[in-house]
Amino acid sequence: MEDIKKDKNNAAQTVLDSKIPEGPIAEKWTNYKAHQKLVNPANKRRLDIIVVGTGLAGASAASTLAEMGFNVLNFCIQDSPRRAHSIAAQGGINAAKNYQNDGDSIYRLFYDTVKGGDYRAREANVYRLAEVSNAIIDQCVAQGVPFAREYGGTLANRSFGGAQVSRTFYAKGQTGQQLLLGAYSSLNRQIQMGKVKSYNRYEMHDIVIIDGRARGIIARNLVTGKLERFAAHAVVIATGGYGNTYFLSTNAMACNCSAAMACYRKGAFFANPAFVQIHPTCIPVHGDKQSKLTLMSESLRNDGRIWVPKKLEDAKALQEGRKKGSDIPEEDRDYYLERRYPAFGNLVPRDVASRAAKERCDKGYGVNNTGLAVFLDFSESIERLGIDTVRQRYGNLFDMYEEITDVNPGELARTINGKDYYNPMMIYPAIHYTMGGIWVDYELQTTVKGLFAIGECNFSDHGANRLGASALMQGLADGYFVLPYTIQNYLSDQITVPHFSTNTPEFDKAEKEVQAKIDHLMNIKGKRSVDSIHKELGHIMWEYVGMGRTKEGLEKALKLLKDLRKEFETNLFVPGSKEGMNIELDKAFRLNDFITMGELIAYDALNRNESCGGHFREEYQTPEGEAKRDDENYFYVSCWKYNGSDEVAPTLIKEPLHYEAIKVQTRNYKS
Amino acid sequence: MESNISFTLKVWRQAGPKEQGGFKEYPMKDIPTDTSFLEMLDILNEQLVEKGEEPIAFDHDCREGICGMCSLYINGHPHGPATGATTCQLYMRRFHDGETITVEPWRSAAFPIIKDLMVDRNAFDKIQQAGGYVSFNCGGAQDANAILIPKTAADEAMDSATCIGCGACVAACKNGSAMLFVSAKVSQFALLPQGRAEAARRVKAMVSKMDELGFGNCTNTGACAAECPKNIKLSNIARLNREFLCAKFKD
Repeated sequence: MEDIKKDKNNAAQTVLDSKIPEGPIAEKWTNYKAHQKLVNPANKRRLDIIVVGTGLAGASAASTLAEMGFNVLNFCIQDSPRRAHSIAAQGGINAAKNYQNDGDSIYRLFYDTVKGGDYRAREANVYRLAEVSNAIIDQCVAQGVPFAREYGGTLANRSFGGAQVSRTFYAKGQTGQQLLLGAYSSLNRQIQMGKVKSYNRYEMHDIVIIDGRARGIIARNLVTGKLERFAAHAVVIATGGYGNTYFLSTNAMACNCSAAMACYRKGAFFANPAFVQIHPTCIPVHGDKQSKLTLMSESLRNDGRIWVPKKLEDAKALQEGRKKGSDIPEEDRDYYLERRYPAFGNLVPRDVASRAAKERCDKGYGVNNTGLAVFLDFSESIERLGIDTVRQRYGNLFDMYEEITDVNPGELARTINGKDYYNPMMIYPAIHYTMGGIWVDYELQTTVKGLFAIGECNFSDHGANRLGASALMQGLADGYFVLPYTIQNYLSDQITVPHFSTNTPEFDKAEKEVQAKIDHLMNIKGKRSVDSIHKELGHIMWEYVGMGRTKEGLEKALKLLKDLRKEFETNLFVPGSKEGMNIELDKAFRLNDFITMGELIAYDALNRNESCGGHFREEYQTPEGEAKRDDENYFYVSCWKYNGSDEVAPTLIKEPLHYEAIKVQTRNYKS
Repeated sequence: MESNISFTLKVWRQAGPKEQGGFKEYPMKDIPTDTSFLEMLDILNEQLVEKGEEPIAFDHDCREGICGMCSLYINGHPHGPATGATTCQLYMRRFHDGETITVEPWRSAAFPIIKDLMVDRNAFDKIQQAGGYVSFNCGGAQDANAILIPKTAADEAMDSATCIGCGACVAACKNGSAMLFVSAKVSQFALLPQGRAEAARRVKAMVSKMDELGFGNCTNTGACAAECPKNIKLSNIARLNREFLCAKFKD
């Protein structure tokens, strides 16, 4: 491990210490809680905490910290905390309850998550995640979250990719919505009680560091355009992932990585940026005016079968519109996931399913006019369960698919030799989630003291690939059950520090810098719109830093990104003024950070000479096309340190991984 | 199948809350019918920016019909002509070549305009803050299966909980009433045992906050449920009334 020199300007710690507690894996969290420092109730009232973001992680942390007695300032960029993008999660949330009596346990959830993450996650963090998973379900039920139930009144479960048990709790295809509304309800209660101050339509632009500790933020009121200062004893970032770097993704339009980049520039290391999840079941791209991609829940893979034609001439006919999916009889279909991975079939992890789709399409078996789509078919499950049951399970997803594509997957298309064929869905992989994020230690603290990162915006739990229904679990684990404990260990010696004034030289300087950045963006006065440059960024990223990466491609991407930054700096046009609401200015600010993020992803992907999880380097694969990991040389978390300018390459610092409970082996979903 | 259409877009433009607003017409040429309505607005905005003009401000985020951020009154209907769908789920194949499409913001006293098509729906948050929760602190929960909830009750609660808080019900109502929105949350908790303990307090607090914020009264016209993108049922309002009366009788 490289030692980091103490640098006063960016407040980085001197040693990268992951602070993993002593003891056997199953006892670490218990030991931690037994020995950590606490803040007594009277002192909690004296401490202020800023929480940026109101998704599952942000809202659950803000409400829980307030319930404990801290004063919380909570920010979101939308018009209400309820709009955060966690709301769009469809499938479900995992927990090791073993209500189905199918052999599940905390250890098995832990093991599946580490294996699903291709052995690049930090063991102790994942174990803790599995350990608190059951309490999350209890908490949400107590809040009145209407999970799906059996006729006897108990909770229902379904299965998800990468697992051989049914441990996923769900609320129709709207689990994220219901969990977020649960957290939002708790948050509302605290707002009503005056313990949380809620700031909607505010965007964090910078973090303020005083004497080496995060002490506040500079945020812009998106309605008035004014910069405002907020001070606190600690700052928590819960601002989600960086998927929109690729322009087209399943993320919401406003999802961005600006808060994370602000932390990175102030000394927080950024970990594993190359680990980006490409979700296998999205509606394929249809045109160049498209603004985002729509996810079809992974839960569809429980009953849907993925296939392409066996014969190239059938694929050609499909691509030219001469045939439809339902015209191809059973014997001419290649259910390639069932063929390649008999043990897991259609329920292999997302990275495996995505790459398999790309492999078929690259060979010419794609099924739509662009050749970049595969079928997801419900004929077999409708025959087995009846259309009513299938509609009950996936009706809202079928409707959503029909509204977008004008095709109804529940509609009988034709009968061949007495067998019913329904219209299959067309799907293709798309950017969905980012496993990488701000580096945090076991306490979820970044390399900047007093700055914490939770939920998707940190890196800790999913390794190189996240399993389905684990994002909701991690967001709520961090917010309800982990951060509210660990932050006290940091705050315990802060109780004598009085409430901060924002009239300090540090706040002055930070605000001035943000103002200068805004003035700069307004004054470029070039010719190109924000979106046109963002689309170009997306093309570069998808082409060279997407599903299949090579050394040459990544080097080319870095060069193209450099040119793109120049284009952005000299030819951007932002209409309107910096006073008042200016949606183009909001987007320009974010795009600047997306370009930096894009470079960071490319640097990391170039460094990691192996294939693992969502990171696939074409040079490193087995003869069967499976990912080839290199545990000897890359069994570490790559942490990137900012070097003072976006133009300069970042420095790599390694956090070696140590596995005690799990034997590192090649992932096998075949048998 | 995909084809292109041309039409005139008539859009409400208003520079700020206190400024005078008005309709402005924009000719739209050769828009593919598999473009979503909001992507069509993106195309227009891109053209406006290229001309050096300010783009039209409108709220949108997830573009999957779940965040509740998008709004828009399109040809006299909140979220446009499709039923059971939000504006972001609306595709141009619903419209015809040569048509004039009128786009307005939500119109309601309780939702003041911020800019163009963007309104302030903070009043909805305030109603939820008044009582839209179970008073429960994290950490003290019993095992999730310790409370048995009949499937029918759970499903019905889920149907009510599906509300996305977009405000279409208020915009559709001639009285500007928020009854469907409030009743959806009241119903969710009224149907579940977890919510019963403070059911009376909740319904009184939420109704009183709704009245205080300037929403109109409900006269059972049913426009709210007819226009709701999530098909929240009118029976929720009946349940709210029942809950409210019972709570008042107890006083």
